[in-house]
Amino acid sequence: MHVVMTLVLALILVPIAAGLVLGVIRLDALRKVVVGVVTLAVFCGTLALAAWPAPVDSGVVPFNHYWLNLGMLLVEIGMGLYVIVVGVRSRRPLIVALMLAQGGLMLWFELTQGPRLEAAHDLFVDNFSLIMALINGVVGGGICLYALGYMREYHEVAHRDVPDRRPFFFALLFVFMGAMFGLVFANNLMWLFLFWEITTLCSFLLIGYTQTPEARRNALRALVMNLAGGLAFALAIVWFHEKADSIELQTLIASKQSLALVPAALLCFAGITKSAQLPFSSWLLGAMVAPTPVSALLHSSTMVKAGVYLVLRMAPAVTGTTVGLMVALVGGVTFVIGSMAAITTSEAKRVLAWSTVANLGLIVLCGGIGTGEAVWAGMLLIVFHAVAKCLLFLCVGVVEHKLHSRDIEAMSGLVVNLPRVAVMMLVGMAGMFLAPFGMLISKWAVLKAVVDASPLLSVFIVFGSSATLFFWVKWMGKLLEVVEPQRRVKGDLALGESIALYGLSAATFLACLFFPLISSRFIEPYVLSVYGQTASLGQGNLLIMTIMMIFVLLFPLSFVWYGRGVKVVDAYLGGANVRSGVGFTGSASQVQEVNLHNYYFRGLLDEAGLSRCGIIGCSIVLAVMAAAAFV
Amino acid sequence: MISLPFRLLIYLIAGPVVGGLLAGWDRRISARMQSRRGPPIFQPFYDVRKLWQKQSIVVRRSQNFYILFFLLLVIFTGALFFAGSDLLLVIFALTLAAIFFVLGAYKASSPYSFIGAERELIQMMAYEPMILLTAIGMYMVTKSFYVHDIASHATLLVLALPGVFLGFLYTLEIKFRKSPFDLSSSHHAHQELVRGITTEFSGRALALVEIAHWYENVFLLGWVYLFFASSPLLGVAVSLLVFVLVILTDNVFARLKWQTALRSAWVVAAVLGFGNILVLSLLR
Repeated sequence: MHVVMTLVLALILVPIAAGLVLGVIRLDALRKVVVGVVTLAVFCGTLALAAWPAPVDSGVVPFNHYWLNLGMLLVEIGMGLYVIVVGVRSRRPLIVALMLAQGGLMLWFELTQGPRLEAAHDLFVDNFSLIMALINGVVGGGICLYALGYMREYHEVAHRDVPDRRPFFFALLFVFMGAMFGLVFANNLMWLFLFWEITTLCSFLLIGYTQTPEARRNALRALVMNLAGGLAFALAIVWFHEKADSIELQTLIASKQSLALVPAALLCFAGITKSAQLPFSSWLLGAMVAPTPVSALLHSSTMVKAGVYLVLRMAPAVTGTTVGLMVALVGGVTFVIGSMAAITTSEAKRVLAWSTVANLGLIVLCGGIGTGEAVWAGMLLIVFHAVAKCLLFLCVGVVEHKLHSRDIEAMSGLVVNLPRVAVMMLVGMAGMFLAPFGMLISKWAVLKAVVDASPLLSVFIVFGSSATLFFWVKWMGKLLEVVEPQRRVKGDLALGESIALYGLSAATFLACLFFPLISSRFIEPYVLSVYGQTASLGQGNLLIMTIMMIFVLLFPLSFVWYGRGVKVVDAYLGGANVRSGVGFTGSASQVQEVNLHNYYFRGLLDEAGLSRCGIIGCSIVLAVMAAAAFV
Repeated sequence: MISLPFRLLIYLIAGPVVGGLLAGWDRRISARMQSRRGPPIFQPFYDVRKLWQKQSIVVRRSQNFYILFFLLLVIFTGALFFAGSDLLLVIFALTLAAIFFVLGAYKASSPYSFIGAERELIQMMAYEPMILLTAIGMYMVTKSFYVHDIASHATLLVLALPGVFLGFLYTLEIKFRKSPFDLSSSHHAHQELVRGITTEFSGRALALVEIAHWYENVFLLGWVYLFFASSPLLGVAVSLLVFVLVILTDNVFARLKWQTALRSAWVVAAVLGFGNILVLSLLR
């Protein structure tokens, strides 16, 4: 067997096996060792795979297919039964119905078509799956390390009331990681589907980790929506097999548009549910009840990326069609609504969740447009969003434990209270929306791609991105602004947390520095292989972006002159200052406290109203998409 | 055609001179509109010289660094523009500059600079869609985002982009921070905003802010010129006329509420800007 395929199989199986082992380890020290070793192994494995001279490959798996398929079928049936039990116990007929429809369809399909369901290549590796694997291995690994320290503090300090089920937690985390590798390397659509469903189930279980009524409710909501996507996925497989007698992803992508359009539309729908696009965004918002490592791993950097991964894979099949346009519209509307909704809330995780939804919308928009240029931009977005957003989530997690609040207003003066974490947060935010890559990728590349393909869609980017600017800068400002001489919070980090935070900060920085390399090594070859031509940055523009980046990087250096040659006075408060600018004597000799509070546009925008508009709008768009695909 | 380094040199030196003179004229014309004599034309230069000699007074020790980078990035923005590079990157550089300005005001941590910063952000949010749509409109006509291609286009852009031009004028009012859009920094520090975003900046930092505004104004009027680039004389005349128009509105209107400013700017962008682009893409 080829080395690459061995490595790929190991990447899938080792984390799953490790997960099963971790499920029975109750000893914290032992867990640390296992998590550390496996994470390191996965990290090295993905790097080795990415650095392999010619990893682009389709491989044959040397197992007996009969037993393998039977085993997978049993796993599927087991998961299906479990979901049905969950549905019955929680009295959710919709869950039962969706699961029965999907499971019945697949069971019928496998039983009647069983012997013919052969894929020449079950797994394949190309540059796109390599990118996804790198994110999963490097960022995901970092999060697993972070989770060690975080979960200990979670149970022993912050949430003593929550039952300690850490073995279960880490088991799911690693099973999920393995399934995610399987998902990105699968070529056999049946395999892809199995891994897809495993990630759905892991997400459900992890959202409900605390077992509070709210967590249960949100977990069930996530399950329903993802099951709807799963049903579409199953339909796509059956449909494609009926028409083309194949269950291979690569065949599907290479098929004529007339043949591939319906399954591609169905798979795009599945991707839209998984990526929490409107009208399905509410599950991702609800998923924020889970502990922070879960939000960072599943709900920002990897699992939701599986949805856009699928949409971008389908891009060649839908480009230029009404279906493609509708997918793009869903993405565009989601981007605008998500960005605006992020303005209205002051809860840090919720802001991050909305911004994740919005950014995924931008990627879906790229996929719907589906030209080479757009796919190139979308893939770059995946990379940068994964790194920077994950860093932000992990920082918010730390801040939450130290300040006992995840309200942005409580983060006032964080740059003095928790200087290291605050700086990392600023790095993450700069990564999300400032020069060079936040700006270059999320605006410049996407805008160019959109304007070339259909200029009218640019209206979404234009309005959405200005809203993005507002909520990021006001958050940054809140971190920087210091009203009172502050007490320094004890900010000691566990080893795993430090590794993850410093590592991701460095990764953000390096990705920033070397992103032309990422583009030319992974993304451009992929776009070239699919479209026959590729987009890239002009030399001149690269230079300009580099200069802008240098500006941003030089800024911290100016602190060499910190406090030199200036006279420090209290702020002007419009009255006689008391206690060095923390309060002032106002009218009638009343002492007024200084209180700075950001704008949230509560009178202008309203989160519920916005999402209602988005849900209605995107539902109509999806209906049109269905009509366009089937009629 | 003048060579690139030479052109940049001209911009670096002439930019603040022209900007300062414009500011002087601004004060003079405003004064005349209010039946006053007004200061000498060179008053802005005298002001900056005087500010430069003042002691540096700060609330937070790092606040002036942000202003320095604001100025550098504004100069960089203009340099990109006059060097003829990608209009989108010019806009992003401008945004980055403005973000430094806003963060500096946040850092100063006074209620007045805080509210100024917040409102400056709202203003950025208000004008950005229209500015991006302007770039997109110009791209649709000239097939290029590069300023040098747009400037050497054969026809008057304004004929194809009347809506975009009007929308752009509207956002210029915001960008110049003049009434009715002087939300973030009042020019008269005796109001409820005090001085808004620049309340806590003094001495050299304030001088840098002034110089940055000179550069910024020259760049913005340069962009107005682009709409008429195929006929240079007309372009210069219209740019100056637009400047006078901005002064006139400043004197005629009272300040708007920020909600109205934001809403109206977005409606203008959606109707005039996007409407124009819609028509263009239908005609294509």
